[in-house]
Amino acid sequence: MDYLLTEQQTMIRDLAKKIADEKIKPVAAHYDETEEFAWPIMKILADSDLFGIYIPEQFGGLGGGVMDMCLVTEELSRACAGIALGYAGTGLGAFPILLYGSDDQKKKFLPDIARGRRLAAFCITEAGAGSDAGSIKTTARKEGDRYLLNGTKQWITNAGEAEVYTVIALTDKTRGARGASAFIVEKGAGGMDFGKKEKKLGIRASATREVIFTDCEVPAANLISKEGMGFIIAMKTLDSARPGVGAQAVGIAQGALDHAVEYARTRVQFDQPISNFQGIQHLLADMGTQVEAARALVYATARMIDSGAKSVAKESAMSKLFASDVAMKVAVDVVQIFGGYGYMRDYPVEKYLRDAKITQIYEGTNQIQRNIIAANMIKEALKR
Amino acid sequence: MPNTTDVRIDPVTNTLIREGVESVINPFDAYAIEEAVRLKERLGGKVTVLTMGPPQAETALKEALSLGCDEAVLLSDRKFAGSDTWATSYTLAAAIRKLGGFDAILCGKQASDGDTAQVGPGISTHLDIPQVTYVKKIAEISAAGALVERMTEEGYDSVETPLPCLFTVVKEINTPRLPSLKGLMKAKSAKITRWTADDLGAEPEALGLDGSPTRVINIFTPEPRKGGELLKGATADVAGELVELLKDIVM
Repeated sequence: MDYLLTEQQTMIRDLAKKIADEKIKPVAAHYDETEEFAWPIMKILADSDLFGIYIPEQFGGLGGGVMDMCLVTEELSRACAGIALGYAGTGLGAFPILLYGSDDQKKKFLPDIARGRRLAAFCITEAGAGSDAGSIKTTARKEGDRYLLNGTKQWITNAGEAEVYTVIALTDKTRGARGASAFIVEKGAGGMDFGKKEKKLGIRASATREVIFTDCEVPAANLISKEGMGFIIAMKTLDSARPGVGAQAVGIAQGALDHAVEYARTRVQFDQPISNFQGIQHLLADMGTQVEAARALVYATARMIDSGAKSVAKESAMSKLFASDVAMKVAVDVVQIFGGYGYMRDYPVEKYLRDAKITQIYEGTNQIQRNIIAANMIKEALKR
Repeated sequence: MPNTTDVRIDPVTNTLIREGVESVINPFDAYAIEEAVRLKERLGGKVTVLTMGPPQAETALKEALSLGCDEAVLLSDRKFAGSDTWATSYTLAAAIRKLGGFDAILCGKQASDGDTAQVGPGISTHLDIPQVTYVKKIAEISAAGALVERMTEEGYDSVETPLPCLFTVVKEINTPRLPSLKGLMKAKSAKITRWTADDLGAEPEALGLDGSPTRVINIFTPEPRKGGELLKGATADVAGELVELLKDIVM
């Protein structure tokens, strides 16, 4: 389908596609198997300027928006959703600075992120604070011109590899979520440690670790916005980033579907390609339609965010919810079309199934997305 | 060069039909472009990319600009049509003279359509400068000269040469980069210099088909070699038989 991309967006998508096809596809299975972080690919993405597409020009980027980031995330995820997450996770970590950072903070941190010299990570989740993000326990205590952070963040994407961390911590424990604040913590800060690398079902090329703060010193200048804004910053960050998860899911679904179409055309049973059978055709047709619908919703949401719309929570949740459910369903059906070959790790499609599952879970489970959607629908009805 | 997945031959002149065929960078030239850009990044200077071809070759030149070349020149004129490797290298050399000073000329070892590997060495002959072909590494290069490794079937030769010099490079020399977005945007708006035969001030009779001493008479796929004759029997008998067979063949 033609989404009437701008010339620059077409260029961005084509370059991302080229990198995905020529550089990522050949190594996707390797990084999935070894669970190494794909630094050589990050270097290629950095040299191609793709890290900077959603960062304003005055901070070294190309001045695009969420839509541009979605195009890249989708293309990279077609080849490997785990490697794509090194890219998309950096966007998530950069958003608090982009949306609420001071000019000085933007000048200090965004140019290196735009050039891909430093990756970023976003830290909110804790062992006891998943869906209930308001129950975080990590604290930040002000002492003179610095804050001391204490607590442990869990399942942090890009942890250990990234150099810029945006961290949500409580500056006022008595006020709950309203007492949360957002900080920029640089890798190497005294009192900052990383836990062991988690072993995962999918997106295995992505690094997931604990980030542990023990009286970790953060300059007061690294407080984003002001004290008490932490939860709002986190929610707005997630609102902007969710179409990115949607785009990742669309990429996974499209990547799996491409394999299925090719396989169905060439796999011969009963003396004919299995694509001759209506049972297979209808599976393909449903998948193609679902992927296109998911893509349309993700792009529409991304464009809505880029247009400066005030409230995007509902649409952003819808795009993530729908696209990730489609990715999971498509991945399951693609494995089915491949039959026994689909179940074998020597063939590429079982990886899409493993990778798809996370998109229904992270950046808010799909149950939480439904809560957000319904809450906004009811709120809108009350206003009428 | 034309995208070789889609090549047609003119039945009259037996040369390639270029009209309407997409132009791409000759794969071997991509290594020359990468090496030139790396030299510039290391030592400073300027990279000018030059090609002779139909107007659509501009696409390939823009791709070269997106990969880090600074300027691009397209030699395009009906009068260049039908050039063989001699006329091509004559025309390119004339353009290089017109460009002025240079320290090094890098070419791919050959084009992947004609496979002659003659144009690079031809240019150096027309310009009367040294050449080193099949370069797999530029080990040292400075105003004083260059030390390069020239690939051979067994290994490599270390060759010292003064500059300016022409190098043709093999794919072992580097891994070409992908374009950057900023490069692509720069290339999109870049102006490509276009020179015709008149701009070069070249001898008209040295250009195109007229300036080409070779003619392509026929292009064909060689017949597959037939299987050899198998001799069977006792070793002594077979050896004798073989000698008889070989006796009449002058080797």
